[in-house]
Amino acid sequence: MSQAAADNILELTSLTKRFGGLVAVDNVTFNIKRGEVFALIGPNGAGKTTLFNNVTGLYTPTAGRVVFDGRDITGSKPHQVARRGIARTFQNIRLFDYMSCLDNVRVGRHVRMKAKVWDSLFKLPRERREEERVTEEAMELLRFVGIQRQANQYARNLPYGQQRRLEIARALATDPKLLLLDEPAAGFTPQEKVELMALVRKILARGTTVFLIEHDMKVVMGISERIVVLDHGEKIAEGPPDEVRKDARVIEAYLGKSA
Amino acid sequence: MNQAATAKSPSPPRRFNLRERIRDRETAVYSILLIVAILFPIVDIYSNDGGTADVSQATRAGTFVLLAIGLNVVVGFAGLLDLGYAAFYAIGAYTYALFASLQLQSSPLHHAVHVNFWIMIFVSMFVAAAFGAILGFPTLRLRGDYLAIVTLGFGEIVPQLFYNFDNWTGGINAIGLIDQPHLPFWLQGPWSGDGDFKVVQNFNFNSDPVAFYVLIVILIALAVILVNNLYKSRLGRAWMAIREDEVAAAAMGINTVTTKLLAFSIGASFSGFAGAYYAANIALVSPDNFLFLVSITVLVMVVLGGMGSISGVIVGALTLYFVIFYLIPGLPQNVTNFAGTIGLSDNVANAISDATTRLNFIIYGLILVLMMLLRPQGILPSRVREQELKHAAVQEDEAAVEMSHQG
Amino acid sequence: MGLPDYGFYVLCATAVVLLATQAIAHPVEFLQVSIFGLTQGAIYALVALGYTMVYGIIELINFAHGDVFTLSAYIGTTILGFFAVSDGSFTAINVVALLITVPVVMLIMGAINVTIERVAYRPLRNAPRLAPLITAIGMSFFLEGVMFFWKGPATVHFPDLLPQTSWLIGGKDGVFFGVKDIFVVVAAAILVILLAVFINRTKLGKAMRATAQDRDAAQLMGIDINRTIAATFFIGALLAGAGGMIWGLYYNTVYYQLGFRSGLIAFTAAVFGGIGNIPGAALGGLLIGLIAGYSDGYIGSRWTQVVIFGILIGVLVLRPTGLLGMRVPEK
Repeated sequence: MSQAAADNILELTSLTKRFGGLVAVDNVTFNIKRGEVFALIGPNGAGKTTLFNNVTGLYTPTAGRVVFDGRDITGSKPHQVARRGIARTFQNIRLFDYMSCLDNVRVGRHVRMKAKVWDSLFKLPRERREEERVTEEAMELLRFVGIQRQANQYARNLPYGQQRRLEIARALATDPKLLLLDEPAAGFTPQEKVELMALVRKILARGTTVFLIEHDMKVVMGISERIVVLDHGEKIAEGPPDEVRKDARVIEAYLGKSA
Repeated sequence: MNQAATAKSPSPPRRFNLRERIRDRETAVYSILLIVAILFPIVDIYSNDGGTADVSQATRAGTFVLLAIGLNVVVGFAGLLDLGYAAFYAIGAYTYALFASLQLQSSPLHHAVHVNFWIMIFVSMFVAAAFGAILGFPTLRLRGDYLAIVTLGFGEIVPQLFYNFDNWTGGINAIGLIDQPHLPFWLQGPWSGDGDFKVVQNFNFNSDPVAFYVLIVILIALAVILVNNLYKSRLGRAWMAIREDEVAAAAMGINTVTTKLLAFSIGASFSGFAGAYYAANIALVSPDNFLFLVSITVLVMVVLGGMGSISGVIVGALTLYFVIFYLIPGLPQNVTNFAGTIGLSDNVANAISDATTRLNFIIYGLILVLMMLLRPQGILPSRVREQELKHAAVQEDEAAVEMSHQG
Repeated sequence: MGLPDYGFYVLCATAVVLLATQAIAHPVEFLQVSIFGLTQGAIYALVALGYTMVYGIIELINFAHGDVFTLSAYIGTTILGFFAVSDGSFTAINVVALLITVPVVMLIMGAINVTIERVAYRPLRNAPRLAPLITAIGMSFFLEGVMFFWKGPATVHFPDLLPQTSWLIGGKDGVFFGVKDIFVVVAAAILVILLAVFINRTKLGKAMRATAQDRDAAQLMGIDINRTIAATFFIGALLAGAGGMIWGLYYNTVYYQLGFRSGLIAFTAAVFGGIGNIPGAALGGLLIGLIAGYSDGYIGSRWTQVVIFGILIGVLVLRPTGLLGMRVPEK
């Protein structure tokens, strides 16, 4: 494997997803380098979330390949993808409403825990110790995103901004190498957006690559190192923020939509 | 930001107190239940001059409690609707009955088998769990509706199969004279009519209501401990995550198919376990004891008590048992008496009391529909927990506000 | 086509071959059993249609549907009791009574089903999956409870109002059938054809198909989702109501748990034919009715439920889309 390839944490090659006659993702190819913040932008309906879903295994690509950390994960099931080290948040926030925040994050630890049915059933010492450790790790993550005070609150009772942060904490609990954030700043106040960007930088510092879908250009330009632009399922531009922002096709795709 | 506020995050003692208080509330409910369970037979037998009919009733109620705890794992924790729970009950009961009676004498095997109850109860459990896995495997990949209808169908054909294979199971003639459990020693007392406390050797249960009562209380206690352990474990959280949002659960690395299979299988094992107990207790198993009515009774108990809440389903089971098997059968007589006292004619009184005997199904249906529409979390304990959590949040916020004012 | 599909077709082929050998060896008996199965199947088709239409549009198994079927027979006997009908012979009054009662009962059941949807299912449309399932089974139990409360556990007699004319074809040991058999099949066929016309030609029918395919798109097109769903329940109940009356006229006996048993069989038929697929439900109903008949005749009626259940599991394991279906019953 060449040096360049080893630097890529995610490689999408000719990724295509068809739903009957509709082509949602059309022959998309790009790479994400380890340790960078990579953004996916595009007008509404461009196929961004669908692309995410193809990477995380919620959908199986009609054609093309998804290679993660050197391994072909095309068509893997969602839980297998999570085990390999990709975690995600959802555009419409999918928390476990009637579970506490602490429990939500502890579910995130599920993949990295070893307890089997037998251990849990009889509360063997090894399981007890693991539970304590996991609880502490979960609390640590809640502190990391700043919602430790809500540890015992039902997730559904949290204010919107804290719910988004909880979802990120839960995703981080799976110890991902790559974190997919689907519109993490949606509905945020400017202050919250600033805090989010700081949080992304903290996540980066921990060694996790970040791949995000976002509509807010300030956020995208503010934290991304490279951007890919999708329109009608096709990749129409790729590069650093400054280049992409000036790209004629990108401008047309956005302006054309809002006309 | 204020130095003092950042130096001291909400103090652990306060949060510890909160958890302590929640645990205390649950412990309180369990303690009450345990105390009542211990006192009930003593008080009842003394007040009935040694009559043990109520204790027998309580034993039956206890069997339902055990079933409800098991079904709660499937329906309440994992959110899977099992409409044929009685099938596993039957499998457990017949497994024990076949290997602990003369039944196999008249079967093609021509050799009766008598295995010890304490071994068979675990065998029954594993056999039921195995069938749970077999049944769950094809359906757990599909929508929940399909599991529901497949379990419904399964609940129908299992008794039918026990009827059909009558050269093995006695079919409509049932299996009787089932072996009773025995223990090396037992404690006798005033309740057994002999008067004095003494230790008895080689005790055979012999359909003794008190002995079976003690056994079911112990079994329920064990079940509560085990299920509670699961609830607070990796597996329990995985079940609840699946119940809440299956897509998100899978995205967090949970293998939803195997996790659901585990819920279904473990739930079935409880039913099988209870089945073996039931077979020994009643000393008779017939396909008629395991019809859909039993499945739906347990389901109504779980829904009433609060899906997911262990103490809740215990209370729900006891409440429903009391209403359906004690209050309502007694209702016709009470209604007739009452009607008489307020002057209604005999015909009307009889008609009303006659009608009350046919209320069960309507009540079940109403409970299920109304609970889902009005109070899906169930009765008391769940609500306590919810208020507890809301109360907790308010307290935490107040603490935070206090602390930020301190700097 | 994957391996499981092959398995499905192999099993179907095996069944066909076994039946064919019976047909050749004992043609008269085979024909007789087939007639019995066909009449059953025609009624199951009517009930299966209701299951498949509701599942197609809101992806919920309406457990209460089988009980709507039975309840229509209960209500039917009561209404017929007001007419001076002749139980056991065919008179003009019978015809008049039926011409009035059947549509009335159908409409009543339609209204009841719409009410059930409005009261028990619609409020829970966005609730977690488990809730509407539990309400559905609760509703089923409630209806059974009503029938149990009303007429008790014993079977209820439904008057025998159809023409008694029958024929014996092929000599003394020949095939026996009568006007009643023809009536059942023809009546069911007419209703299915009317349904097909409705679904394909009318605006409401198109709305139902659209909502079943893609609810959000349908809403964007201006379709009133609530009304469409209510209409689906209404029409399903019309068919079930007719089915119940036909069952009563043919078999002359109903009991409170009939819907429970028949419902399972009819739902299996809907799955077998392809859930959500309307022609599939009709086809499935006929085939399952025939299979049940063959099972009753050749294996023994105490095994029929097991056979039907086996078919249900088999379909779900090997070919969840059923014979004609396109929709896969997954999330």
